[in-house]
Amino acid sequence: MTSPGNALDEAFARAQANSRAALIPYLTGGFPQPSEYVELAVAILDAGADALEIGIPFSDPLLDGPSIQRSQQQALEAGVTPADCLEYAREIHTRTRKPLLFMGAYNPVLAYGVSKFCAAAAQAGVSALIVPDLPFEEQAELRVAAHASGLHVIQLVAPTSTPDRLRRACEVATGFVYCISVSGVTGARRNVAITARPVVERVRQVTHIPVAVGFGIANPDTVREVATFADGVIVGSALIDLLSAPGDARGPAVEFIRDLAEATAQ
Amino acid sequence: MTSSQTDSQPTAASQHPGWFGDFGGQYAPETLMAALTQVERAYEECKHDDTYLSELSALQATYVGRPTPLYHAQNLSTRYGADIYLKREDLAHTGAHKINAALGQGLMAARMGKRRIIAETGAGQHGVASATVCAMLGLHCVVYMGAVDIERQALNVFRMNLMGAEVIPVTSGTATLKDAINEAFRDWVANVDESYYLIGSVVGPHPYPTMVRDFQAIIGQEARRQMLDTVGSLPGWVVACVGGGSNAMGIFHPFVGDRVVQLIGVEAGGRGASIGDNAASLVYGVEGVLHGAKTYVLQDKFGQIAGTHSVSAGLDYPGVGPEHSHLKRSGRATYVSIDDTEALHAFAETSRSEGIIPALESAHAIAYACRLAEEAAQGGSILVNLSGRGDKDVNQVQDIMDRDR
Repeated sequence: MTSPGNALDEAFARAQANSRAALIPYLTGGFPQPSEYVELAVAILDAGADALEIGIPFSDPLLDGPSIQRSQQQALEAGVTPADCLEYAREIHTRTRKPLLFMGAYNPVLAYGVSKFCAAAAQAGVSALIVPDLPFEEQAELRVAAHASGLHVIQLVAPTSTPDRLRRACEVATGFVYCISVSGVTGARRNVAITARPVVERVRQVTHIPVAVGFGIANPDTVREVATFADGVIVGSALIDLLSAPGDARGPAVEFIRDLAEATAQ
Repeated sequence: MTSSQTDSQPTAASQHPGWFGDFGGQYAPETLMAALTQVERAYEECKHDDTYLSELSALQATYVGRPTPLYHAQNLSTRYGADIYLKREDLAHTGAHKINAALGQGLMAARMGKRRIIAETGAGQHGVASATVCAMLGLHCVVYMGAVDIERQALNVFRMNLMGAEVIPVTSGTATLKDAINEAFRDWVANVDESYYLIGSVVGPHPYPTMVRDFQAIIGQEARRQMLDTVGSLPGWVVACVGGGSNAMGIFHPFVGDRVVQLIGVEAGGRGASIGDNAASLVYGVEGVLHGAKTYVLQDKFGQIAGTHSVSAGLDYPGVGPEHSHLKRSGRATYVSIDDTEALHAFAETSRSEGIIPALESAHAIAYACRLAEEAAQGGSILVNLSGRGDKDVNQVQDIMDRDR
């Protein structure tokens, strides 16, 4: 069996070969409707996303702004569990070979059982895990289990990361390095490219694996700017906001992804 | 590799400072990691800096009113059959032990050049202590407080405002202490350069559990000396209430090496044992990660943090300091729970029989001490941390009494 992580590596390689940044939207698992989640996710991937981050909803998401917090709350109220998210991934994976990532807090992973969760995620076709409340110092158990299942554990670096921390994070990084664009929680902001660029440049000095930028990217203009210096762009809150609007939000969401995808040319 | 092998491997992390056996650590977003290291270094410097230490010690005496007295609760002792001693943290400035850690951290933040202090508060006592220290040191203070707690602790909100602090209501999640901590962390992530997060309990990522414990350990150091000086012996039991666990860690810490002294933490039993009906993380919770540390957590089987209930806002928290988790697992301390009704009874009884209105939090400890005196400690001596005064609770208790009448 090929390692599930390879799908992500291939997606970055493909985007790079086409002189584009990979577009990676974030979508909270089971949001806005559990029953329509798989269809929505597939539509977003078909509209030009290169990979999808599936958010595992958590009751206390420390690093998320109001939009994603609310989406997680709504998903939890609808009864969405980590097992449901695994099932979404499995179904999406039967419909598209684009890579899937899980993003979420550590506690639900611990409660599921770290090794068991990694094995189940790999089985469902997931390529990588992003656990933002788990700095590299505390990752030993997760990394061993994830790598045994062929999953990447994505390292995050921030504008506040010291040179030493940045180097150590990149040393253990596989898949790509996730650059947090600004000091702050998730959510739309101005001037993302200005604060993100120096972080990306610092990462480039210590690693050759792809570098993606997330937090605050909300429109095609910012995607276009970030695509000039990064290998990937991650868009979360802006998509969640669109999907939070009353009525059928799928059309506008798909349109939004199409617009962002067009802006990824380098 | 099989899953059981992976799970049983010791992690490299457990070798790092900030671990208490299997618990603690630094489960924090990368954005905050450099700031945590900065706090850790500043604290290490302060611990060995004579100027800092003498300033702290002078303010403990002249501003906080330390040492706080040890009081022999004669009437309760006679009624229940063991000598009950109350460590009077309720007499510290602002009316609770919270001032100890707020002062230590406030002085340190000022030295670090941080002009903006972020704090969270449940019952409001830590918010008041932070606002107090910030007023004295000329720092800007922002306090996050759950909307539910704002309602039940209106007096403390007024006190914070009076001292110039900005109180920000938190409506997310359950609108109580855990959500206030979430918001405080989010604020810190966004304003990390100019701000210091003044955590009020022995919770959070390293170095907070160690640092807050050290600042609170003055309670136990004084009490231990007072017991030896005035009674002539160590107590058989030390009893303290546990929410996040700072007053308990503070009084336990100097007694941990005294194997003859039994340490008992009293959690909030609320209205029952079901999930959501109590705040007793060590009695009913399981191991998890919350607010930066691995510790016992009240959660559902999917790892979602549980809602909690306690009549006492200061104990209404689904996690607990990681060192308590270690003391429980190692067997050095025992953790029990006292329900709302028992706590309210102790609140009234201590008021009537000793002329001391205890905080509802501390009333949990007194309730258990009285039971212990009656059952296991006959003729022995029990040291109870009276962590705060109950003035803040009188409106709430009056409402409950009126409702039950």
